[in-house]
Amino acid sequence: MWSFRVRGGVKLQYHKELSSEKAVVPMPLPRRLYLPLQQHIGAPALPVVVVGDTVLKGQLIAKAAPGLSAPVHASSSGTVVAIEEYVAPHPSGLRQKTIIIATDGQDRWAALPHPITDDFPLGVTPAELNSRVAAAGIVGMGGAAFPSAVKLDLKSRYQLDTLLINGAECEPYLTCDDRLMREEAAAVIDGVRILAYALEVQSVVFAIERNKPQALAAIREAARVEPWIKVMALPTRFPMGSERHLVLACTGRETPSRKLTADIGVVVHNVATARAVARTVRSGEPLISRVVTVSGRGIREPANINVPLGTLVEDLLVFCGGLHPVPHKLIGGGPMMGAPLPSVQVPVVKGTSGVLALTADEVNDGAESPCIRCGSCVSACPCGLVPLEMAQLVRRGDLQGAQAIGLQDCVSCGSCSFICPSHIPLSHYFNFAKGQLGALDRDSRRQDRIRSLIQARNERAAREAEAKKAAAAARKAAKAAAAAASAAAPVDTPASQLEEST
Amino acid sequence: MITMATRAGPFTHTVNSISRTMLWVMAALLPATAYGLWLFGWPAIFLLVITLATALVAEALMLKLLGQPVRARLADGSALLTGWLLALSLPPWAPWWIGFLGALVAIVLGKHLFGGLGQNMFNPAMVARIVLLISFPVQLTVWVAPAPLGSASAPSFSQALTYVAGQSTLPEHMSAATSLGVLKTEHSRGISVATTTEQLPPAAQLAMGREPGSMGETSAGLLLAGGLLLLTLRIISWHIPLAMLGTLATLALVSNALDPSRFAAMPIHLLSGATLLGAFFIATDYVTSPVSRSGQLLFGAGIGALTWVIRSLGAYPEGVAFAVVLMNAMVPLIDRGFRPRVFGRSRRGQSLDTQKPKIPL
Repeated sequence: MWSFRVRGGVKLQYHKELSSEKAVVPMPLPRRLYLPLQQHIGAPALPVVVVGDTVLKGQLIAKAAPGLSAPVHASSSGTVVAIEEYVAPHPSGLRQKTIIIATDGQDRWAALPHPITDDFPLGVTPAELNSRVAAAGIVGMGGAAFPSAVKLDLKSRYQLDTLLINGAECEPYLTCDDRLMREEAAAVIDGVRILAYALEVQSVVFAIERNKPQALAAIREAARVEPWIKVMALPTRFPMGSERHLVLACTGRETPSRKLTADIGVVVHNVATARAVARTVRSGEPLISRVVTVSGRGIREPANINVPLGTLVEDLLVFCGGLHPVPHKLIGGGPMMGAPLPSVQVPVVKGTSGVLALTADEVNDGAESPCIRCGSCVSACPCGLVPLEMAQLVRRGDLQGAQAIGLQDCVSCGSCSFICPSHIPLSHYFNFAKGQLGALDRDSRRQDRIRSLIQARNERAAREAEAKKAAAAARKAAKAAAAAASAAAPVDTPASQLEEST
Repeated sequence: MITMATRAGPFTHTVNSISRTMLWVMAALLPATAYGLWLFGWPAIFLLVITLATALVAEALMLKLLGQPVRARLADGSALLTGWLLALSLPPWAPWWIGFLGALVAIVLGKHLFGGLGQNMFNPAMVARIVLLISFPVQLTVWVAPAPLGSASAPSFSQALTYVAGQSTLPEHMSAATSLGVLKTEHSRGISVATTTEQLPPAAQLAMGREPGSMGETSAGLLLAGGLLLLTLRIISWHIPLAMLGTLATLALVSNALDPSRFAAMPIHLLSGATLLGAFFIATDYVTSPVSRSGQLLFGAGIGALTWVIRSLGAYPEGVAFAVVLMNAMVPLIDRGFRPRVFGRSRRGQSLDTQKPKIPL
């Protein structure tokens, strides 16, 4: 089955061979686990343990906040030694509430929800599956970390017909999804079937880029018994794994601007998410570990590691033989869309797909020179934007102008920055501008809110004054009526008096 | 190790750079240039050296004056390429000051007064060529017959120096006219274009390039080879050259079919003058051409059409330089009107309808 043409994109140096042949190995249990309360998009989870509590592996330690959120579980057994502000794996290096567990090395399991081991159709309803996925704290593991249960619940608001499984893994270096598909194809396919069951969709497309032939073969083999799962080999081109572009390539449907893929009937889930869902349903385990690719030429022994969540990057690097040569950049995620890590003392969280130590040669930072209008960025942009013009407007401070030519349609894939021969940090400009516009938007919404509050208060004050006046008038009228009644004949004029007082 | 975020990603980058692009363009120009230098001998070599040197010195001075990093900008190769292109478009035996003034105009007026690299609206080499043509029409239209190095008619080193210094006039027997020039003058004398065409070199010779003309414009074949190299390296895209050559060829074919006594045949248009140098090396200049593919098609077609109009209906025998500069002026407008379609939006910028699948799954 041929994929549909997607405009733009770039060809990259993938360097996947550094770790693609390394089987997933378990990470030895670290002495301390650092579990941030916010490892997902949405509100931070609320702690349900206190310092000094003994916790078991898989035990709920922070429950989901109301609204968009996800719970956090203990990755191993031990004692809660602190609940405090700790450096988050975010380029800002800001701190956030983190539960710190000193592990006891025994890895004792908590009581888990009973496993659902029946074959399809499962003995539970889709709604029950949803709540189980939500309770397990599963989030999108491709990097966005959007709570998966919310995505499964989209069927209540949209007419869905297709589940798309994202096995593109289009970022260079990363091989965690590749290894997962090769080593646990059956479990991944099981997860896909559970997701399809929960979403109540009839059609499933499993998309994998052609640069992963073994993964393709393994998934094809595992999906052979389920012919309704279509396995698609996609051209190797960045950003194939971008949700909208993947949907276009696989289904020919183009997601309208500012809408969700659910608007055109498609929901996308990552391979690792499918695996996590299968584990939760089949064994009751919540999301407490994930496969992380540790790679780059600054790593002595690149590897794919099954890491308990909360393990420090430092421990991970030590496990991989340390850094050599001293790298130029330490990145969380892939080199295209990942973010620099503020320190090695940050934990691995649910969305951490990779830890890369890149040498200066690999990063190939260069001094910025003037734009020569070569148009490479225009050809490379998968969203049909004109990055050079947008960057010029942003640089001039004309954010509205940049917005008018599509700034908000940018998916921040970084293709333009990658391809620019003048090393102009185009996507950096756009991220900055989008942040500014977001702040302006929030600001204007706050202003609106203040204005409407003031207006409401004024109206209320006016109403109250009115009411007071009316009450005073009524009192006066009543007094006058009483005086009149006591003075003269009370029978013939009640109607006219009533009129006066109203 | 830099762990604090200096700026957002990506943290990997293409090996492509400005200087790499410029170097490849110059490499693609080498065969045609070498052929031109061989064909026209020492005077052409001197003119090229003078033009290149002036371009580099002018660039360095301007950079210093404007407080920009001299070494880094000079190393990007853009000034060298400008000088090179200008020299290729000049009469090969022109006196030194033509090359000197031309390079000065190109770099100072054409490039830096607009704001330097990437800011100039017009192709600097073509601006210089037009300034020279209008200011010094005599020197810019003195053509010589091919006198390859080592042949009997080739001027010696010292003879060449006197020509370049402008101290001695060119020998009568060396002067010649270009194909386009012959057609124009004969037509103005009332002689049918069809009749004149019979006396011109055959198409095969025009493609080879053994004919009078500008230093680097004569060999259509070698220029085409250079252009194909740039296409395969993806340094240029096919849109501008194909649109320009296609439009020029179509207009030439149709007009020639309608009135062969008035309009030159298609091969003459494609193989002589600055057509191929223009299509692959000048019109494709990044800075002065549109950035979107559709815009590039319109831009190329405009150059092809204007070239034909100027050559066939205007007073000048050749019109590529004028056509390029005229279309350069249109670029901001073209860039505004020909943006690519944004993902998820219609051509007019509206968000697409949430219509149901194009294909049933």
